[in-house]
Amino acid sequence: MTAAQEMPGRDSPPSADPVVASRRRLITDALGIGASAAGFGFVYGLSARQAGFSPIEAMAMSTIVFAGAAQFAAVGYIVSGLAWPGVVLLTALLNARHLLYSAALAPWLRDVPFVRRAVMAHLLTDEAFALSIGHYRRIGRGDERGYWIGAIGSTFIPWNLATLAGVWLGGGIPEPGRFGIDIIFPAAMVGLAVGLITGRRELVAAIAGAGVGVVVALVSSPSIGIVVGGLVGPAVGLLVPAGVAHEMAPLGTTASADRFAVPGTHLDTGATAGVDAGAAAGVDAGPGAGSSAGTDADTGAGAGIRGRPGSRADVETGPVEPRS
Amino acid sequence: MSTELVVLAILMFAVTYPSRALGLLTPGLDRLPRQAFDYLQLVGPAVLAALAAVNVMVVVDGAGTPAFHIGVEWLAVLTCVAAVAWRRNLLLGLLLAVAVVVVARGLGLAALPG
Repeated sequence: MTAAQEMPGRDSPPSADPVVASRRRLITDALGIGASAAGFGFVYGLSARQAGFSPIEAMAMSTIVFAGAAQFAAVGYIVSGLAWPGVVLLTALLNARHLLYSAALAPWLRDVPFVRRAVMAHLLTDEAFALSIGHYRRIGRGDERGYWIGAIGSTFIPWNLATLAGVWLGGGIPEPGRFGIDIIFPAAMVGLAVGLITGRRELVAAIAGAGVGVVVALVSSPSIGIVVGGLVGPAVGLLVPAGVAHEMAPLGTTASADRFAVPGTHLDTGATAGVDAGAAAGVDAGPGAGSSAGTDADTGAGAGIRGRPGSRADVETGPVEPRS
Repeated sequence: MSTELVVLAILMFAVTYPSRALGLLTPGLDRLPRQAFDYLQLVGPAVLAALAAVNVMVVVDGAGTPAFHIGVEWLAVLTCVAAVAWRRNLLLGLLLAVAVVVVARGLGLAALPG
C-alpha cells in the first residue's frame, strides 16, 4: 500500500481509497476533455476536408501526428501554400512544449516499462498532461492506469472518431460556429490551466504566458506566440518570491494539503518546516526520491506535509532524499 | 483518393515524437536541478493559458496577418474560468462557455467565426 492509498482523501470520506476517488475525478474531468476533443476533432476533420485533405490524409494526421494545434496549423499552412519543410519546422516549434511535459511526467512514470513509456509518449498531449499531472498530484504518486484513462479515453479515441465524423459528415453542417464548437478548444485549455493553478507562481506564469503569447502572436504568428508564451510564462512565474509562493494556509485544511502536495512548491524555510514538525516523519515519497514530489524535501522537514499533519504515511517507493 | 499528405504526417510525427519521448525515455531527466523542475511545473499553466489566449484574442486574416480580436469568445472563456474556479468542474465550464456563444450568436449579438 502506498502513502497515498493509506491516507484518507481530502475530498472524500475517510474510508475511501484516494486513488479510486482521484480516478473518479479524473474520469469526470476526462468527460469534459473528451467533449472538447470530440468537438475540436470534428472541426478539424471539417477544416481538413474543406482544405482538400482526403479522409485518409485527415485521419493520418490525427493518428500519426495526434497534435491538435499542430494539425490545425498544418491545415492553415497547406491552404496558404507553405512548403513542407516550413510546415515541419513550425510543427517542431509548436510541439516543442511536449518536451517539458514529458520531463515533468517522467518522475511519476519512472517505474513503467520502457516500451509502454514509449507508447505513452505518442499519446502525450496538452490534455493528457493536464489530466494526469493533476491526478498524480492528488494521489501523491504515479498511476499508469490514470495516464491511459486521460490519454486514450479523453483524447485519442474521441479525437480520432470525431475527425472521421468531421471528414465524412461535416459537410452537412453549414455553420458549425453557430453551435459554439469553435469555443470548446480555448475554453478547455483555459479550464485545464485553472485546474493547474495552485499558487501565485502558477497564476503569474499563466497570465504572463497568455500575455506574452498574444503579443508575440500579433507580431509574428500564433504558433510562435504560443511557444514563446509557454517558455517565457514559467520564467516570469519563477520571479514570484518563494515566500509568497508558499502561501501557507492553515495546516490541516484542504487548501494547505493541496498546496503542499504540489511538486515544485518548496518548503525550505525554517518557519514552514517548524509549523508542522510533527508531520515531518510522515514522508510522502511521491514518484520517487529527488523527483517531483521529492522537491518538497529540501530540508527534510517539509516532506511530511503531503499527508495530514501528524499522520505517519507508509512509504512504498522509498524515503525522499534531500536534493543536493 | 489522395495519400500524399500521409508522408507529411509522418514527417510531422518525426519532429513531434522526440519532444514527447525524450523526457519519458531518457534516464536522469527526472533528476533535474530544482530551478529547472520549478520551471517545468509552471509550463502547463503557461502553455495552456497561451493556447487559449492566442486562440481567442488573435485572428489571422486571409493574407496570414494576425490581428487582435475582441468578441463574445472572451466572455465565454471567462465564464468557463469562473465556473471551473468555482465548481472545479471542467465539463460545466465548457457547457456554459458554449451556451454563452450559442446564445450570443443566436440573438445576433456576436458574429460567427471566420
